[in-house]
Formats: sequence, structure tokens, C-alpha cells
Amino acid sequence: MQITKKKHLAVAAALMVAASSSFAFTPAVVYDQAGKFDKSFNEAAYTGAERFKKATGVAYREAQIANEAQKEQVLRNLARKNVDLVIAVGFSFTQAVQTVAAEFPKVKFAIVDDVAKGDNVQSVIFKEQEGSYLVGMAATLASKSKKVGFIGGMDVPLIRAFGCGYTQGAKAADAKVEVVSNMTGTTPQAFNDPARGGELARSQFDRGVDVVFHAAGGTGMGVLQAAKDKNKLGIGVDSNQNHLFPGFVLTSMLKRVDNAVYQLMLDGQKGTWKSGVVTMGLKEGGVDWALDANNRKLISKDIETKVNQAKKDIISGKVKVVDYRAGNSCPVK
Amino acid sequence: MDMIFSVLDATLRVSTPLVLAALAGLFSERSGVVDLALEGKMLAAAFAAACVAYIAQSPWVGLGAGIAAGMAVAMLHGVVSITYNGNQLISGVAINMMVSGVTPVLALAWFQQGGRTPTLSDEARFTAIDLPFADAIAHSPALKTFFGHNILVYLALLLIFVVSWVVYKSRFGLRLRAVGENPHAADAAGISVKGVRYMAQAIGGALCGVAGAYLVLAQTGAFIQDMTAGKGYLALAALIFGKWRPWSAVLGCLIFAFTDAIQIRLQGVELPLIGSIPDAFIQALPYVLTVVLLAGFMGRAVAPKAIGVPFVKSR
Repeated sequence: MQITKKKHLAVAAALMVAASSSFAFTPAVVYDQAGKFDKSFNEAAYTGAERFKKATGVAYREAQIANEAQKEQVLRNLARKNVDLVIAVGFSFTQAVQTVAAEFPKVKFAIVDDVAKGDNVQSVIFKEQEGSYLVGMAATLASKSKKVGFIGGMDVPLIRAFGCGYTQGAKAADAKVEVVSNMTGTTPQAFNDPARGGELARSQFDRGVDVVFHAAGGTGMGVLQAAKDKNKLGIGVDSNQNHLFPGFVLTSMLKRVDNAVYQLMLDGQKGTWKSGVVTMGLKEGGVDWALDANNRKLISKDIETKVNQAKKDIISGKVKVVDYRAGNSCPVK
Repeated sequence: MDMIFSVLDATLRVSTPLVLAALAGLFSERSGVVDLALEGKMLAAAFAAACVAYIAQSPWVGLGAGIAAGMAVAMLHGVVSITYNGNQLISGVAINMMVSGVTPVLALAWFQQGGRTPTLSDEARFTAIDLPFADAIAHSPALKTFFGHNILVYLALLLIFVVSWVVYKSRFGLRLRAVGENPHAADAAGISVKGVRYMAQAIGGALCGVAGAYLVLAQTGAFIQDMTAGKGYLALAALIFGKWRPWSAVLGCLIFAFTDAIQIRLQGVELPLIGSIPDAFIQALPYVLTVVLLAGFMGRAVAPKAIGVPFVKSR
């Protein structure tokens, strides 16, 4: 009797330890209005969180905002419910994370794709120039006319960094290649004007361009559509856009939000999480180029070898891709 | 030489939605109702056209839905400004805000693609029409500029003639102008002021519907949040600088589209003698030129006298 009681106690204690260790760390992901299955950033974040769950067996919480005004409210709710690490996906959360992080100094916060201030905030940003370098190289190698195009959204340093990395990659593959570059506009509207994107792409095609890379959000949908209509090649951005027009999207420059979220959760669980800014490049698995069933036929063995070689060289430090934002200038034109 | 044709080609494509929206605004404003809601009507039409064309897999059904959506929003503007004598400016702005907010929410709820609608297949879009002599065209860039567009571009061209005939030569046109200039006189002559104004709204809504449908069915192939990107306001500006006349307004739209096409092609290009022009300056060019040309050569703009004034029948 005595023994069994002790046994029970031991089992209970063991259970409690197990329970407390699995409940000790609870991360949470917050998606924006676009929703969990948006085939873009949010879905990538979801994939990363699921991978973490599979690898560690630790469950995570998730929340989705229905409108702009709910951002702070949702973050606050999670912070109150004993969540240890709140991960917000997308730069639209910057202000909300800053505000709420200050209110809950004991909770860890993270934002992906922008920098938010705070002693308990980690900001994960990407080396867009490195991924752009790779797709620039692929563009040159796939171009028959040896003229490749770039279409940016709003004319800001971030978008110029895409263009600059792209140009560096294009020129690295063939120094004689001509890069035609356009910006859609100077206001945020420049990210939501697919008609104009299509028009810019057509103007570049008329000038002899046959591969065009867009870093223009919704405007880029028009770019890719125009490429399909004119039987040219487009290059997607941020998430894998190869599936939009199979056979007409050469590749996509990926921001690996899934890797960022996975890493954040893992660090949080292990206790290696640190506040501050983390920049993820090719080396850290933060950016990449997309190769899947949709563009397999467009990427020849030669292109694949050369782009992967460039990837290795950048990771090893043999090739350095200049970041436009560092000095507000680009070494190549 | 190819560049010139490329610019003319782009001018036609870009000006089409502007021309349609400007003509839509012409009806409304000539009847005495300020129409800031052009943007919202186009956006609603673009959204409806994208959804319906995707489901029905037919551009014509999509166009019909676009026209219906444009007219529905126009009727809303009509109820506020004509029936209830509300402030027309506020009604227009409110409609724009409402449509801009409602459309992505609906798209999100129905298609779960981040506020976008699914990309349309070629069967569900208006693509360039294949004419029997298409092969001959393919070798001549000059002809290609004017042929080889989608059907809505030609429809817009045709509509310019129709609209200018209706406004100046038809009985309805005379009543429309009378109601916009002096509604009380028109009323005394036995014309239903509200009836004519509602009719003008309906026609304007339908034209905006075609413009919005064009953005999705001809130009881009999917609806995206706020995809009209200020085209409604641009058309309104062209209408005002064009002194509320169809041909002058169309000219304004063409000048804008033309300079915009040039602007796109000038970005980052080294010009002989001048060198490279800063992008910001080049990007402002279409707006500056359109205003200068229209304001400078068209003379003073005189608005329809009764514009913005709700009609209250005197007893």
C-alpha cells in the first residue's frame, strides 16, 4: 500500500515534470489579414511553425487579425495568455509590436521582415540582395537577347537593393548583358497597380528584354501576366510564384519566412533567443531561389549548376554581394 | 521607329480605362452631379468582373457583371445625391472608401488568396483579337499599333463618338445639359430633373463598369486591392481640364497616356545632349504636361452651372 502510494506519487511527479516541460515554452504566430493560406508570407510562417511542432513536439498558438485595428489587440491577448514568444509576420506589424512589446517587458516578441524597437523584440530581416543576385544570374543565362529587365514597386532603398543585387548577378553571369530597370512609382500605390506593372513589362519587352524580375508586390502580378501574354519569362519574388503561370515564371526569389519562424521558435525553446536584429542571408537560409516542378523545364542543367555554384560562393564568402542600402549606391548599372 | 509604334501602342492601351471613366464622369457632371466616385465604381466593377469571369469562365459574363456593379454603385451615389439631396462630394469620397475596403474583404472571404482573386485563364479574358489579315499585320508595326488590341479598346473608341453624339445631338443630351445648367428652367419645361440625373448616373455607372472590367479582363487577369490606383481621379482631372467636353476630355486622357508611355521608356536612358534625367522628374512629366497642355491651350474651364447643387423643386 505504502509502496503503491509512493509509486503513484512518483508517476504523478514525473507526469508533472513532463507536463511542465512541454508547457514551459509556448510560442505563437500571428498572421495578417491575408490569412494563413495566402500562398505567400503567412503560409510560409505556418509551414515553419508546423515544422517546429513536428521536430520538437511543442505546440504553438496562432491568431489571425481580421482588420488593421486588431493588430495590437491580438498581440496583447497572446501576451496576456502566458505565451512566451509572439511572432508577428510582415512589416505591417512593426508599430503594433513596438507598442505591445513595451507593455509586456517579460514576454518575448519577434517580427519578421522589418525592424521594430524594444529590448524584448527580435527583428528578422533578409539579405534580399543575395537572393536577387541568384535570380539575376538565372535571368542572364536564360535570356536569348542578352537583355534582362527589373521592375520595382515603390522607389525606396529596399526595392533598389533588390534591383542592385539582381544587376550584380546578371552581370556576373555575362558582363555584356544589358539590364533595363523601371520603378513603378514613388508612393505605396506603386505596389498595387498591376495594370501599370503590365505596361512597364511590355515597354521592356518592346526594348528587347526577354526575362523580367519584379519586386513590386501586387503590381508584379501584372508583370508576370504580361510575360505570359507576350511569351516571355518573368521572375517572382518573396514567395514561390512559379505556380502562377507555369512555364512562364523562370524562378522566384524567396524570402524563407518559414526558416525564420522555425529558427525563432527553436531559439525560444532552447533559450538561445536574443533581442536585436538578425539578418538572414543565403548562409542562414533566409533567402533562396525556387526550383520546383513548375519551372523544372525552364532551368537547364547549366543554369542550375552555375546558380548553385554562385550560391556556394556567396555562402563561403568568395563572392560578396553589395547591399544598396549600405551606401545608397550600386556598383554596377 | 519601332519605339514610336511601341509608344502609340501603349497609349491606346493605357488611355482606354481613362477615356471610359472620363466619359462616365461627363454624364454625371453634365447632369449637375459631382462624381468623385469614379474610382470606387471602377474598383467595384473590376472586382465583380474578376469574380464572375472566374466562375463563369467567360469574359462577356464578367463584363456584364462589371457593368452591373458599376451601375449599382452609381445608383447608391444617386440615392444619396439626387433623392436625399446629400453632399455629393462626401457621397463620392465615402463610396470610394467603402469599395476600397469591402472588395478585399470579400475577395479574402471567397477565395482566401490574400485579398486577390484567382488569376483568370486566357479563355476568361479579352485577349488581342485575331483578324483574318493578322499575318500581314505581324510584319507591319504601323498597322499592329492600331489593330491587334482587345475588343474593349475598340469599344472605347466607338463610345467616344456615341457619347459626343448623345450629348450634343440627341434629345436626351439636350435635357442632360439643361438639367446641369439650369434645373429649374428644365423643370418648368416639364423635364424630370431627378429622372434625367438618375439616367446620367446609370449611364456613367455602366461606362465605369466597362473601364473596371477592362482593368481585370484585358490588362491584368486578376483583381488586386486598390488596383484602380488613382485612375478615377486622373479621369476626373482630364474631364475638368477638358472643360466637360467629350473630345477635349479624351484628348486629355490620350496626352496623359502618351506622355506616360514615353516616361516609362525614358527612365534611366541616356539622352543625347541632355544626358540622364532624374527619375523623379521624368515620373512627374505626364502629370505636368497634361495639365499645362490642357490648361494652357483649352482656356478657362467653365463648369456646368448647377454642378454640386442638389435640386429642390420650388413650390
